[in-house]
Amino acid sequence: MTLFYQFCFYLFGLVAVVSACVFVTRKSPVAAALWLVNVLFCLAALFVLLDAQFIGAIQVLVYAGAIMVVFLFVIMLLNLGEPARIADSRGTLPYLGAGLLAIGVLAALMTRLPHPVPLQPFRIAADSLAAEARVSGAVAPVAVPLFTEYLLAFEVTSVLLLAAVVGAVVLGRKRNEPDATGAGDGSARRTRPDVREAAHAS
Amino acid sequence: MLADSLFFSAILFAIGVVGVLTRRNAIIIFMCVELMLNAVNLTFVAFAQVYGYAGQVFVVFVMTVAAAEAAVGLAIIISIFRHRHTVNLTDINLLKG
Repeated sequence: MTLFYQFCFYLFGLVAVVSACVFVTRKSPVAAALWLVNVLFCLAALFVLLDAQFIGAIQVLVYAGAIMVVFLFVIMLLNLGEPARIADSRGTLPYLGAGLLAIGVLAALMTRLPHPVPLQPFRIAADSLAAEARVSGAVAPVAVPLFTEYLLAFEVTSVLLLAAVVGAVVLGRKRNEPDATGAGDGSARRTRPDVREAAHAS
Repeated sequence: MLADSLFFSAILFAIGVVGVLTRRNAIIIFMCVELMLNAVNLTFVAFAQVYGYAGQVFVVFVMTVAAAEAAVGLAIIISIFRHRHTVNLTDINLLKG
């Protein structure tokens, strides 16, 4: 564990935490999204430092690349207006206090708790992940359990993605006949333009 | 590095919780949820370094679920915006008692 390694680790961790703090306080959704991208990049760097090179790569590709682009597209589509007009954050102070308390409790819990005893037999030798990555590359050690031990979960995930795609298309589809009054069904109106005009005028 | 990773992960998760509690913009709340998922991913990767590759496999699953959740959630936000012309959660209170 070299000094340079530790320096990089704390640097990226600190930048991630600071960026996250800036992210939750931005008024403009676009600025918030870009700060979140910064957090995700720092997390990718942390993943690489923790011997998870493949996870770091797909973190950049999937999270910073794909998911955040979807967020930015939605922000652009909704066109919410000036940040000053969309006043945000409700009575902040009690929640902020609760959040700081949560930070303290969580950090204390996760760093001070002794290692759970039942997990001790599963401990692997130190630096064995890095050694294995040097032998068989960064992808294979993740891919082999994914396609053997966790094959069922992998297949179920594909069904989940299909359901999500269908759901997103159905939810996001524009109704070709906006039902402004709630009376009558769309097909009847499409055949009678005079009724539609009346409904829109009212 | 395990304890330090868990420390950073806890802080990031708590910042995400603060964001969900204090913000009213539905999109930003959604991004805070993504931040919390990422904090959990950091925990998984940190434990994977000590206990083997299963943690990294799990991160792949978490990312997949996050992508699916983002797609469906943003579609819901868009469809709410079409009806109410706002994404401010205090204005979307139809189910409030």
